[in-house]
Amino acid sequence: MSIEVANLSFSYGDRLILDRINFVAKDQELLSILGPNGTGKSTLFRCILGLLSKYKGKALLNGRDIRKLGIREMAQYIAYIPQCHYPSFNYTVFDMVLMGTTVQLSTLSSPGVKQRKLAESALERLGILHLKERGYTQISGGERQLVLMARALVQEARILILDEPTANLDFGNQIRVLTQIKSLAKEGYTIIQSTHNPDQTFLFSDKVLAMKDGKVLALGPPCQVFSQELIHQLYGIDVELQSLYDDKARVCIPKSIIEAGSPQRFCS
Amino acid sequence: MRKMNRNQAVVCGLGILLIISIFISIRFGRYPIPSRELLGILLEKLYPAEKFWPDQVEIVLLNIRLPRILLACLVGCCLSAAGAAYQGVFQNPMAAPDVLGASQGAAFGAALAILYYRSSTFITFSAFFFSLLTVALVFLISRRARGKSLLALVLSGIMISSLFSAGTSFIKLVADPTDQLPAITYWLMGSLAGAKFSDIIFSIIPMILGLIPLLLLRWRLNVLTLGDEEAKTMGVNAQRIRLLVIICATFVTAASVSVSGMIGWVGLIIPHLARKLVGNNFIHLMPASMLLGAIFLLFVDNFSRNLFTTEIPLGILTAFIGAPFFVYLITRKGESF
Repeated sequence: MSIEVANLSFSYGDRLILDRINFVAKDQELLSILGPNGTGKSTLFRCILGLLSKYKGKALLNGRDIRKLGIREMAQYIAYIPQCHYPSFNYTVFDMVLMGTTVQLSTLSSPGVKQRKLAESALERLGILHLKERGYTQISGGERQLVLMARALVQEARILILDEPTANLDFGNQIRVLTQIKSLAKEGYTIIQSTHNPDQTFLFSDKVLAMKDGKVLALGPPCQVFSQELIHQLYGIDVELQSLYDDKARVCIPKSIIEAGSPQRFCS
Repeated sequence: MRKMNRNQAVVCGLGILLIISIFISIRFGRYPIPSRELLGILLEKLYPAEKFWPDQVEIVLLNIRLPRILLACLVGCCLSAAGAAYQGVFQNPMAAPDVLGASQGAAFGAALAILYYRSSTFITFSAFFFSLLTVALVFLISRRARGKSLLALVLSGIMISSLFSAGTSFIKLVADPTDQLPAITYWLMGSLAGAKFSDIIFSIIPMILGLIPLLLLRWRLNVLTLGDEEAKTMGVNAQRIRLLVIICATFVTAASVSVSGMIGWVGLIIPHLARKLVGNNFIHLMPASMLLGAIFLLFVDNFSRNLFTTEIPLGILTAFIGAPFFVYLITRKGESF
């Protein structure tokens, strides 16, 4: 399973949103896209998902042009996990997950025993089986994110695309969700996610794509890509990049805060 | 065999309740029919037997009461199914069967027919035709509108509805106040009085043609409520399914309104009541809405024909029952939509 994007440009009218994007995501690879708000990450996703088609360049799924694939075929290969949302109607968690099996069904049929088992095992795998009968809009944001992931798993697509999976989650849920994502990549899923936290991106990704104003600033393994300059270019913030645990982790500390802070605020 | 879950049991229960309601409704009326004679007449159709009842009873039952009861069930079922379907495809719990102008179009068609011909068959046909025409018009206009397609559809529905309702008002203005105007006014208030078997024959084909796809597509309707893009990433061609559902829902609405006149509220409150009973999953919601709608309209029609010496139009009764009930639903504590 692979996604290849070659020289992809997209514009809304005169406004250029994506400018000659290139990258490849392969099997067992967790690719994180890092970039400030409004930089075109979501637009890029919508191109890859086949929701937008008027772009220049190419987006290929296993070497085949995504624009030429049907809706059903796309859904068999790629599952999309949106940011947690509130749908208009309150479905039970189980029904919500069951909807992921729709692609396996013919147009006029409904999920059967096989699909129900699939949904149960996906809930169990993500540790949320106890939420099965709860209403989707009545559980916490972190739980909702896990439900949407379970829904993507029952779709049985091998490529997962996640739009800011940790947005609006507390620290514990962020780490829990990212750990699940990482283990899915190890199982052989190809995963592309957008993210906002540089420290976590370094910890959890196999490859990082840094984007700003529709352009790729850097692409590669996190240890090669992460630098003070990159963070400055991306966000306009000067940071001190600290390497920990033999460079298994790198953390960003905003310099201006340290330099401006009065001494008694820090315990020394 | 798989065990029946709670929601399936509720749907079965509603089915049984409907059958019981039909039998109860047959007995009640200005001309009461005792159970013994009722059973006799029905069984006689299967096994020819000696008649022990007067011919009058048989005529009242077969030509007047039975068609009316069946039509009440069919119309209630269709309006509720269409309401539930529209709420799904528009991702809006406040959508009703006339959101795309089906009722206003039918009203205009009926008023026009009353103005020029007074044959009841022609009135029904004209109402059905104008109802479909209105929705088709709404659809074509929304196709040309820029921006969000869903919003454009609802907005053009509102516009075309008000256009046709102005047309109806104009017809009322020029209609003969001694006979045409009361006929139009009465039609607009909705009634099943004078229902005939020919009404059932006329309406049942479009009703069944619409109801069956709505039942078969009910799982996809769930996915559609998540929005077009999300549905697409899950392998559902949202636009195509929506178009199909709208066509079917319009068919059953047009068929209902053309034989019964304007009956408001049923398509809005019954799906909500069904949601309270079986939840939002269309797998159970669609059949529950259909059965509950049939039971509800049957009871309202029983009131309409038995409560006072003159019949109260159905549209008035459904509003009297529907509006307070809806207030209760939205103010009830503990749950939200």
